[in-house]
Amino acid sequence: MSILLQKDTTFIVQGITGREAVNLTRECLDFGSRIVGGVTPGRKGREVHGVPVFDTVEQVVEATGAVPDGSVVTVPPAFTKDAVLEAIESGVKLVVIVTERIPRRDVAQMVELASMRGARIIGPNCLGIMVPGVAKMGGIGGPAKDAAKAYSPGPVGIMSRSGGMTTEIASTLTAAGLGQSTAVSIGGDAIIGSTYAELMPLFEADDQTEAIVIYTEPGGRMEAQLVEWREANDSKLPIVAFMAGRFMDDEEMKGMSFGHAGTIVEGKEDTATEKISRLEAAGIPVVERIDEIPGAVREKLEASA
Amino acid sequence: MVERAGIPVTEYGFATTPSEAREAAERIAGPVVIKSQVLTGGRMKAGGVKFADTPQEAEAHAAEILELEINGHIPRGVLVDPKAEVAQEYYAGVVWDGTRKQPMMLFSDMGGIDIEEVAEQHPDHVGRGHLSNLMPISDFQAKQVAASVGMTGSELNRATPVLARLAQLFRDNDMTLAEINPLARLEDGTFVALDAHMEMEEEARPRQRKLLAELEIPTDDDREDYEPSEFERNVAAIDSADHRGVIQGKDHGFDGDLGLVIGAGGGSLTLTDAVRSQGGRPANYSEIGGNPSVAKAAGLAEQVLRKDGVEKIAVMMSIVSNTRVDIVARGVIKACLKLDKDPAETIAIFRIPGAWEEEGFKILDRYGVEYCDRSVSMWEAAGRAVAKVQGEG
Repeated sequence: MSILLQKDTTFIVQGITGREAVNLTRECLDFGSRIVGGVTPGRKGREVHGVPVFDTVEQVVEATGAVPDGSVVTVPPAFTKDAVLEAIESGVKLVVIVTERIPRRDVAQMVELASMRGARIIGPNCLGIMVPGVAKMGGIGGPAKDAAKAYSPGPVGIMSRSGGMTTEIASTLTAAGLGQSTAVSIGGDAIIGSTYAELMPLFEADDQTEAIVIYTEPGGRMEAQLVEWREANDSKLPIVAFMAGRFMDDEEMKGMSFGHAGTIVEGKEDTATEKISRLEAAGIPVVERIDEIPGAVREKLEASA
Repeated sequence: MVERAGIPVTEYGFATTPSEAREAAERIAGPVVIKSQVLTGGRMKAGGVKFADTPQEAEAHAAEILELEINGHIPRGVLVDPKAEVAQEYYAGVVWDGTRKQPMMLFSDMGGIDIEEVAEQHPDHVGRGHLSNLMPISDFQAKQVAASVGMTGSELNRATPVLARLAQLFRDNDMTLAEINPLARLEDGTFVALDAHMEMEEEARPRQRKLLAELEIPTDDDREDYEPSEFERNVAAIDSADHRGVIQGKDHGFDGDLGLVIGAGGGSLTLTDAVRSQGGRPANYSEIGGNPSVAKAAGLAEQVLRKDGVEKIAVMMSIVSNTRVDIVARGVIKACLKLDKDPAETIAIFRIPGAWEEEGFKILDRYGVEYCDRSVSMWEAAGRAVAKVQGEG
């Protein structure tokens, strides 16, 4: 199996008539995903690659006779919160937010409402969810033929703060003969809907997943949270980590943010050095090169076999 | 900001000239403190805060402080405050807790010093409390936090609204940090904010335009801790001139000889590390992504190549699906040709696998540029560039 997304998962695309959203819709349909509708206010009656467009999420529910399982939200930052609240209040349980540069207050409000309603948010500022050979939700991996080249089905789960690096890691694993169960681009912002620790229970419960690879960066304390979760739940699912942005530990880089909004180092806990030692102390090896990931995963798989 | 939020501040005067500072001190008629109004931290250490007993002394201090550059920032003026008769100093602050995904109030009865120090050495003197993002903020939440460090009596009742209003200010104005330190209890029992520090989130600036205008903060003031370099300004200008794709360049803290034209976000971090770990010295950091135009890719490469001491550039990205390999290839070659440089000599390595790679590789072949596909790892490509710039290629 996979986590979050299955073959029969239905979803909508909010902001479907935007340029990037049109491409994303094509890519997901080609990959086998079930997109049941799109929403762009004022554009009811159109079609995007055969997907009917509606003004409201409620209209999608009426037209299809069911609440879609998920939504991919790709609308400008100023309108994202409203779109996500609309999806959640319509009963959607899985919302992937692609949009970047959303103010933190808005993200925090969406996440708090989601948790009140039993919904889950992935992102913002992410590329979505990939289940190799089955379905994808978001731009992750790009066009279907490119995605099929990088991703292959198998036992490794991926969680990554960088969308692009999710594919680089998957491709490296695929080339080494290690397929993936589900790859989740979790987003690069300071506050995101689902952290490593919050997705771990799903991977832990998934039969197919035998090991996890995480891609991480300086900033925040998501790794500390992951280590705490593992210890509290006595989780044995092996994890291999890659830490980018070690150079940010240099004195002259203090107070600067690189790459993603969430990479700014604010305290002592969130430097690369501190995170690496925390992860390694918890038995999570942190490799220095992407091309070392397959070897480290194999070692973990053999040790647990 | 503090006064607008309904938090008491001392009688003060804002001055942009030494004589205005003297007038403010005369009005206050007592010992004063002169504080640099500079939009950066660390002004106390830098000599941006001075005490004066007479208006003449205030004028002299103001003259010095108005000329004093701190972290590359010139003050907008000085604040002349009465030197208050302080009975005790407190700390009140609000920050984001990324793990809880909620704002967190902080309160301490040990104010005037760095809160992180207090939290480390006297953890029982720091109270904490989270706030919902959706529910109204109510005074009792602030009261609980203040009471948790042992405050009671009228002190508690007077401190409570200060913290609650600060929390409201934080949430309403998209702050990432709002602190009053020190928050003083004066001899007469009243609380006043003696100093404050606020940081507004970059992403929220468009919707806070009205407030920023009222505070006379220009829209292009990017609030970095340092002044952007010519390279950084040029790259930013190229980026904003064309809406297609995104480029970014930074060279603060870099002084090497290998120019980097790299992407995207996570790929740039990974590649910068890979260059440095293999003994390379990057001349800059950059990001390229979101399917930029040929002109934009060329613009970034040109700016990197124009940097002093840069003879070679490495053009590298993680596997791309949106950005097109051929467009980036065209752009970097165009930049070389514009500067009369041979692309084969100048581009140490081109490692961008993914969308439109065959078309891209054809163009690179034509100019004799060394390139590789995804079978060469990011680490190996970075190592190849380092070897070439060190003359081993």
